[in-house]
Amino acid sequence: MFQKNKEEDSAYKLNRISKPTNYLFNIIFVICAAVAIVPFIFVIMISVSSKQSIAKWGYQFIPKNFSLDAYLFLWNEKHTILGAFGISLLVTILGTIIGLVLTSSMGYVLSRSEFKLKGFLTWVVFIPMIFGGGMVASYVVNSNILHLKDTVWALILPLAVSSYNVVICKTFFKTSIPDSIVEAAKIDGANQLSIYTRVILPISKPLLATIGLFLSFGYWNDWFQSSLYINNSKLMSLQAILNNIQKNVEFLANNPSAGLSLQEYKNMMPTESARMAIAVLIVVPIACAYPFFQRYFVSGLTIGSVKG
Amino acid sequence: MEKDPGKKRIKRRRWSKDDSQLSLLALPTFVWYLLFSYLPMFGVIIAFKNYRITAGKGFLYNLLHSAWSGTGNFVYMFKSNSFAILLRNTILYNIVFVILGILIPVTLAIMLSLVHSKFKSKVYQTCMFFPHFLSWVVVSYFVFAFLSADKGILNHVLEAFGREPIQWYMEPKYWPYILIFMKMWKGVGYGTVVYLASITGIDSTYYEAAVIDGATKWRQVKYITIPFLKPIIIMMFILSIGGIFSSDFGLFYQVTRGIPASLYNVSSTIDTYIYNAIRSNAPIGMTSATSLLQSVACCLTILMANWVVKKVDDEYAII
Repeated sequence: MFQKNKEEDSAYKLNRISKPTNYLFNIIFVICAAVAIVPFIFVIMISVSSKQSIAKWGYQFIPKNFSLDAYLFLWNEKHTILGAFGISLLVTILGTIIGLVLTSSMGYVLSRSEFKLKGFLTWVVFIPMIFGGGMVASYVVNSNILHLKDTVWALILPLAVSSYNVVICKTFFKTSIPDSIVEAAKIDGANQLSIYTRVILPISKPLLATIGLFLSFGYWNDWFQSSLYINNSKLMSLQAILNNIQKNVEFLANNPSAGLSLQEYKNMMPTESARMAIAVLIVVPIACAYPFFQRYFVSGLTIGSVKG
Repeated sequence: MEKDPGKKRIKRRRWSKDDSQLSLLALPTFVWYLLFSYLPMFGVIIAFKNYRITAGKGFLYNLLHSAWSGTGNFVYMFKSNSFAILLRNTILYNIVFVILGILIPVTLAIMLSLVHSKFKSKVYQTCMFFPHFLSWVVVSYFVFAFLSADKGILNHVLEAFGREPIQWYMEPKYWPYILIFMKMWKGVGYGTVVYLASITGIDSTYYEAAVIDGATKWRQVKYITIPFLKPIIIMMFILSIGGIFSSDFGLFYQVTRGIPASLYNVSSTIDTYIYNAIRSNAPIGMTSATSLLQSVACCLTILMANWVVKKVDDEYAII
């Protein structure tokens, strides 16, 4: 990819956009980039403002009084916050693994052109792309027939497979893995399962990384499933806590430390900054992880745009 | 799907060991599809029933013993006051999103590909892509930090200029713009990267040839870049048209902080209506009818968009 950029550079050099235009473009993009990033920085700043500062001057980009009370507060409630963090993490990891297995196995099977059921399964995967039962029917099925309500599976299973990902996998296997590799493995006496696990998966790491990242970001960010299916406070993810913060700040306050009445405790709480601190807690892992994985996303988007 | 009989005879062969193994490999995902995609499709029967819950009995018992209501649920829904508002909001917002969601990212991607410094272009990309990875819950707190009536920074700015502060969450007239802005804020970076990826995939010899012929940068964009982007633009267009009856639920529900009554007219969509109905234990038959209608409408629009594109150019259709 870098090679290509260099080649293009030489072509562009002959007839690049003029210097003033370049400046103009740069200014526009600096503004765009700032608009994208600044709200996050703002929220970080609010989370480290002291309660008095917020009460007196409102939210400020550079708070008059700094304070880490919000984080100390969350630390003191680590019982709940770490629990939620754990649920988020568990759902993300388990969901990504399950999703990857289900997606890639179906993608592999559909990429085998000699497979007898290929036509049938292609339709099975394709139809849900166009038509779905709708939110109500899914809700009823998940809660009344499959009894997923208030289980961690309600957060994991419904999001595990998307037909779009299956098609991306199929296209990838079909275009970038030569049939001869599969044939050679077959002649060596491997069955399809071991071809899939020992031959195909190891050489498909870029694809698995892409789909895995998309899945894990999806799971980490999900609040919708929890809001529909989860009432048990032990199964609340970070997103669910933030989503229901009004209720949850009180919920956090229901276990006051010794020697304080509930009311005193509530008055002490850095409510405003604590909310923003939870938001920061959710975003920081993403903000740290994503620049490293961006190239996978970009390559994934390119794979995805290949027509299946 | 093979039409040629001669070909078919060659292809027909016995069920082999390979087929069994591959079937086994596909089984888990197949079961997933049955449970989470196809079972709900049968669940749409509820839309035609007067679903009643008998205590202590299972769901299937209830379903079988509920009376058929025919199209009753649908008629009721069409007659309700809010239906027109829901439909209007859903469609109008989506039309704006589809148009801006193609125009802005394509423009930015082309501009980004022309920026001299590749390093700067990478940095801009990374920053602009960032909002895509945030959930709407988190974003709603970002928005609140700006729009909160007493503490938000926008009102501070207004006050600094001697203006009256605005109760943002009570004023419906600003919300179409806020919602559109937020949608673009979150989505433009993603779109830009998609289009930029295809632009970098264009063979550079085209540009070299154009340069030799003395084409200006503007002409190169017009006659090389845009035509090359056409297939992917059309694909994104069909996909987004297919979703015109569904809405970005998180945007409407979270950014408005749960759709307060004051903003109902400008921010409620079919999805938020269904979601609230599920959560408030409204009659499930009626809700289900809305939900079914939405699915059917989405299905029809995607098929129609595809059909139109197919008429124009077969290459670009997705089905």
